[in-house]
Amino acid sequence: MTHVLAAGPNTDVIARETLFWILAVASVGAALAMILVRRAVHCAMMLAVVMLSLATMYAMQGAPFLAFVQIIVYTGAVLMLFLFVLMLIGISSADSIVETIKGQRLAAGFAAIGLLVILILGIGHAAIGPASPLTAANGTNNLSGLAALIFTTYVFPFEITGALLITAALGAMVLAHRERTTPKPTQRDLAGRRLASGQLAPDPSPGVYALHDAADRPALLPDGTPSDLSVSPVLSQREVMEAPPAVRPKEETPAITAESGEREPTPSGRVDS
Amino acid sequence: MSPVHYVALSVILFVIGGVGVLVRRNAIVVFMCIELMLNACNLAFVAFASMHGNLDGQVIAFFVMVVAAAEVVVGLAILMAIYRARRSASVDDANLLKY
Repeated sequence: MTHVLAAGPNTDVIARETLFWILAVASVGAALAMILVRRAVHCAMMLAVVMLSLATMYAMQGAPFLAFVQIIVYTGAVLMLFLFVLMLIGISSADSIVETIKGQRLAAGFAAIGLLVILILGIGHAAIGPASPLTAANGTNNLSGLAALIFTTYVFPFEITGALLITAALGAMVLAHRERTTPKPTQRDLAGRRLASGQLAPDPSPGVYALHDAADRPALLPDGTPSDLSVSPVLSQREVMEAPPAVRPKEETPAITAESGEREPTPSGRVDS
Repeated sequence: MSPVHYVALSVILFVIGGVGVLVRRNAIVVFMCIELMLNACNLAFVAFASMHGNLDGQVIAFFVMVVAAAEVVVGLAILMAIYRARRSASVDDANLLKY
C-alpha cells in the first residue's frame, strides 16, 4: 500500500478504478444470478458476493467502519440467519417456474425498466460532484468521527434503534414460539403407538446390504428392493441421493468367486453373500 | 472514482432487487432481494457522504443496517410461523384472505 501511494496518485487512481470495475461487474453479475438461480441456497451465496463487494466499495470510499459492519452484520449475521431458516424450512423449495399471474414476468420487466428510467432521470438531473476528502469530517479517524456524530446529533435515533432491536428480538421469540396444545407423549404412549403401527423394530439404517454404507444409500430389504424408509427425506429432496440399486432379476445366479472380492461387487452379489 | 459511478451501480442493484421481489416466489428469496435493495441504498448513502465530505450519510447507512437486521429477524420469524401453518414457503400459498 505504501509503495503504491509513493508511486504517485496516478497509480492509486488506476488501481481504484480497476478495483471498482471488477467489483461492479461482480456485484451486478451476482445480483442478476441471484434473481435467476432457482435454488434458494445459491441465491444466498450470490447475495454474499454482492455484500462483500459492497463492503470493499465502502472501504474504497473512506468508510472503513461501515465496511467492517457490513461484513460482520450482513455477511456474518444476516446471511447466516437466512441460511439457518433455509435449512429449517426451505431446503427443498426450489422456486416454481409456473407463472400464477398471467404475464407477471413481462409486467415486472416493464416495471423495472420504468423504475430504471425514472431513477436515471432523477440522478441525471441531480448535481453529483466529485468526491471531496473526508479528512475534515473524520477528525482523528473515521471511527471517532462517526462516534462523535452518532452520540451527539443522532443520539435520539440511536436510542430508538436500541428499542427497535429489543422489540424485534422479542417479536421473533414470540413468533417462533410454539405453544404445546397436546400433552407430551410418555414412554408408555410411545410404546403403544409402536405396537399399534405394526412395525416393532426401528427403520432400517441406510446402507444395510447396499454397495456403500453412506447415509444417502438406501438399505436393501431382504428381497433386494431398496427401502426408501432408510434414507432421510431431506436427502431425496435435495436430489443428492443416488439412484437406488436395481432389483435383482430372479434368474440371475449369484456369482461370488474368490476374486470378486477385489472387484466392485454387484448389488445382487452383495445381497446374496 | 467519482460518486456518480457508485450511485449508478446502486441504481442498477436496486432495480435488480426490485425485479427479484416482483418475480420470485420463494418468500426467503424475496427477503434476500429486499436486502439487496437495502444494500443498494446504503451504497448510495456512502457515495453521497463521500461527495459532500461529511459523515452523515455513513451514519444513516449504519442505521439502515440496524433496521435491516431487525426487519430480517422479524420477517424470518413470520416466515417460519407461516411455514408451520401452511407447510410451504411460497408466497402464493399464503392466500387464506384471498376472495
